Amino acid sequence: MTTPTHVANPDTVEMRGVSRRFGDIPAVRGTDLTIPAGQTVALLGPNGAGKSTMIDILLGLTRPDAGTVRVFGHVPSEAIRRGWVGAMLQSGTPLHDLSVREYLTMLAGLYPHPLSVERAMDIAGVAALADRRTQRLSGGESQRVRCAAAVICDPRLLVLDEPTVAMDVESRRAFWDAMRAFAAQGRTVLFATHYLEEADAFADRVVLMARGRVVADGPATQIKARVGGRTLRFTLPPGRDADVASLPGVTAVTRHGDALTATCADSDAAVRALVARVPEARDIEISGARLEDAFIELTTNEEVPA
Amino acid sequence: MNSVAFTRYELLRLVRNRRAFIFSLIFPLILFLVIGTSAKGDAYGVPYKEYYMVAMIAFGATMAVLSGGARIATDRAAGWMRALRLTPLSVGAYLRAKMASGLFLALISVVLISAAGLATGVRMGWGPWLETVALVVVGLLPLGLVGITLGHLGTPESMGPIVGGLSALLSMLGGSWFPLSGTLESVGKLLPTYWITRAGPLAIQGHAWPGTAWVVVVAWTAGAAVLAAWAYRRSEGRR
Repeated sequence: MTTPTHVANPDTVEMRGVSRRFGDIPAVRGTDLTIPAGQTVALLGPNGAGKSTMIDILLGLTRPDAGTVRVFGHVPSEAIRRGWVGAMLQSGTPLHDLSVREYLTMLAGLYPHPLSVERAMDIAGVAALADRRTQRLSGGESQRVRCAAAVICDPRLLVLDEPTVAMDVESRRAFWDAMRAFAAQGRTVLFATHYLEEADAFADRVVLMARGRVVADGPATQIKARVGGRTLRFTLPPGRDADVASLPGVTAVTRHGDALTATCADSDAAVRALVARVPEARDIEISGARLEDAFIELTTNEEVPA
Repeated sequence: MNSVAFTRYELLRLVRNRRAFIFSLIFPLILFLVIGTSAKGDAYGVPYKEYYMVAMIAFGATMAVLSGGARIATDRAAGWMRALRLTPLSVGAYLRAKMASGLFLALISVVLISAAGLATGVRMGWGPWLETVALVVVGLLPLGLVGITLGHLGTPESMGPIVGGLSALLSMLGGSWFPLSGTLESVGKLLPTYWITRAGPLAIQGHAWPGTAWVVVVAWTAGAAVLAAWAYRRSEGRR
C-alpha cells in the first residue's frame, strides 16, 4: 500500500493564508484550515460564505490568488492522482450512454486501489440502479450515483459539498448513516453545509465561515451554543433597554422602533425574568435564531472592505 | 494504462449512441454506390470509380473525426471536465480517447466503402490500399484536432450543424465531392482533405504523397493544435 511521504506531518489537509477573488468580489480572504487525520469536519456557513471556493481550492479545481494548500503533504492534484481523495461536488452528472455499473467500473479503472463497484454501490444505496442508463436517473438518484463515484477510489479524505441539498428527509438520514459508517473506518471527512443540525449531528468539529473568513472553529456543541441560541421579540416602548439587556440569559439587545429583539444564550431563563421584571413587554415571540442572523451578528463588528 | 480502460468505455458510449453517427457512415456509402459506380471517365489520372471510392472514404472519415472531438461538447455540458480533474486521468489522455473514438468511426467508414468498392469491381491491390489508408489516417490528425476545438467552443445542440457544415465545406473544397481543376484546385491543395482524397489516385499510380502534402498536413496539425489548446484554455482555464 502507498503511504504519504510526508510522515512528519500527520495532517490530512493544510491550507494557509488562502485567498481568492472573482472579479471584484473576494470569495475567500486569507483563510487557514488544518484538518488532522480521522476528523469529520463540517464547513458551515450561509450561501456566499466561501465554502465552495474553499473546497474547490482544496481539491485543486480553483487556483488560490495567495496561500498554500497541502493534502497529505502533497499538492491537491498529486493526492488525487494517488487515489487518496474522493469528492462529491454540487454540479455535474455522470457520463451518458453508460449504465450506473459501467460508469462506476470505468471510474474504478482510473484509480490505483479502488473499492469494488458492488461495495461502492452499497455504500451509496444505488445497487438497485446498477443497470439503469445514467441519463435516465432522477436528480436524487444521480446525486447518489455521484456519491458512489466519490467513494469508489477508497479515499482517505472524502470531500462533500452540500451533499444532501436535493434530498428528502428520509434519504438525507440514510445518506448520513452511510457516511458515518464509511468515516468510522478512520477516514477524514470534510463536508460543506448550511444546515446547523446536519453539522451538529455528524461532525466532530465545525468550522464556521462568513464572508470568506473562518469566524469560529470548535466542537459542534460549542458552535451550536454560539449560533444556535434563540431570540425573544416583543413590543416595548423605549426606556428600559438596559434592564432587558441585563436580564439572565440575554446576550444582546437590538431595537427597531417599538420592537425589541433580545438574543439569548438561555431563552427559558430570559423569558421568565422578562415577564417578572418587565411586565409592560407585550406580544412576546420566541424563535430559534436563523443561522444567517447568527453569522451577521458574528461578523457585524468587522469592517467590510470594498 | 488507465487511459486504455477509459478508451474502452468511450467506444462503448460511441456505439450506444448510433443515431448520432449512422448518417455519417451511410451517406458517403450511398453516394459512392449511386454516383461512383455510374460515372464515366477519369479523375486525377485513374478511373472515376477508383477516385470516388477514396473521395467518399475521405468525406466519411472527415465527418467521423470531426464528430469525435465534437462529442466533448456533450461531456462538457454534463459537467464532466470538472469531474475529470477529480480523477487521475489526465486531460491529454481524455482528449486522446476522443481522437481514438473518432478514428475508430473513420476506420469503419474506410472498411464499409472499401468493401462496397470491392463488390462493385474496384481493383486497387493491397499495397496501394494500405498506403492509402495509412495516409488517410495521417491526414485526419489535424481534422481530429479541429474537432476537439469545436467540442470546446460549442454546445451539444450546435455540434450537429457545425460538424455537418464544416465536413461538407472541407470535403467540397478539398475535391472529395468532385475532382478539382484550375483556381479551385490551387485553393484545394491547401486543405488536408484534398491530400486525403488524392492519396488514393496517387497510390494507384505508384506515387507517394508529394512534399506539398506533408507541408500542408504538418502545418494544419500545428495550427489546429494551437487552436485546440486555445479553445481548451478558453473553456476550462478560468479557474
